[in-house]
Amino acid sequence: MQLLKFIQQPWHWSVSGLLIGLTVPLLLILGNKAFGISSSLRHICAACFPADISFFKYDWKKESWNLFFVAGIALGGFLAGHYLQDGQDIQVAAATQQRLAAYGVHDYSALLPPEIFSWSNLFTWKGLIFFIGGGFLVGFGTRYAGGCTSGHSIMGLSNLQWPSLVATMCFMAGGFFSANILIPHLFKWFE
Amino acid sequence: MKNIKYLVAGVFFGIVLVKAQVISWFRIQEMFQLTSFHMYGVIGTAVVTGIISLQLIKRFNIKTIAGDPIAVVPKTFNKGQIIGGLIFGIGWAITGACPGPLFAQIGTGFTVVAITLLSAIAGTWVFGALKSRLP
Repeated sequence: MQLLKFIQQPWHWSVSGLLIGLTVPLLLILGNKAFGISSSLRHICAACFPADISFFKYDWKKESWNLFFVAGIALGGFLAGHYLQDGQDIQVAAATQQRLAAYGVHDYSALLPPEIFSWSNLFTWKGLIFFIGGGFLVGFGTRYAGGCTSGHSIMGLSNLQWPSLVATMCFMAGGFFSANILIPHLFKWFE
Repeated sequence: MKNIKYLVAGVFFGIVLVKAQVISWFRIQEMFQLTSFHMYGVIGTAVVTGIISLQLIKRFNIKTIAGDPIAVVPKTFNKGQIIGGLIFGIGWAITGACPGPLFAQIGTGFTVVAITLLSAIAGTWVFGALKSRLP
């Protein structure tokens, strides 16, 4: 029980980073698989709606390991979310809390703010931006970039690939713009 | 059945994502508002671990559990890494998630993120449809 209590605390960044980094050799040793998650979205398209588009005409079944991997991520999320939490509020930097208060975000009991990420927001501007718009940008952008945080920032950088460094710097630039300029303006315009 | 090991690896990785809090929208806002070191520490440590692991695999010619050689395909540069990278970055800060965390967020009980995931699949599909006409 001591061990369970220990695991239920939020993990230090060094432990977290080490375990995320070890996923790279884990997948290679299990079957020479390159760590990368956004490809799963392409395989889902190829499997469900190929629509005669050449980008989706390939043998996705050969890549089905990736779909098992993401199904595992969802299951792992369920296990950690239901059995490995200590019930404490998430500790967020005071400066960020102050800025989020202007967005109407005050609830720190979960990993995401329920003021935004709730079904009741689906048909409001928040749903349109945070679920539909944001999701679309993630899917379109990662495929255009040929990878996401896992494929480029972790796998690509681990293999010292300079295109992955370019991609990572662009991910960060887009994120800085979005979090500091775009999102504050959206709340100003719509709230 | 040979894919079950990847499901187990995914479970491990999903648990790590949640406990590292990297699937938290709050942590992503902190990262891009430069108010916390947490995300930089996690990603930095992961990259260093990955670099060392790959060097060891190459140096000692480590094989897969089936005895096959391990080879990593190099990345080739194209403009998509810049344009697509910027687009994904914007979406990352909005959703608080890259593709992996989307699956983990749904697992933790934020079921509405399934809409985000469907939209991400739609985004991937639209990219595939437009690919030949994009720079």
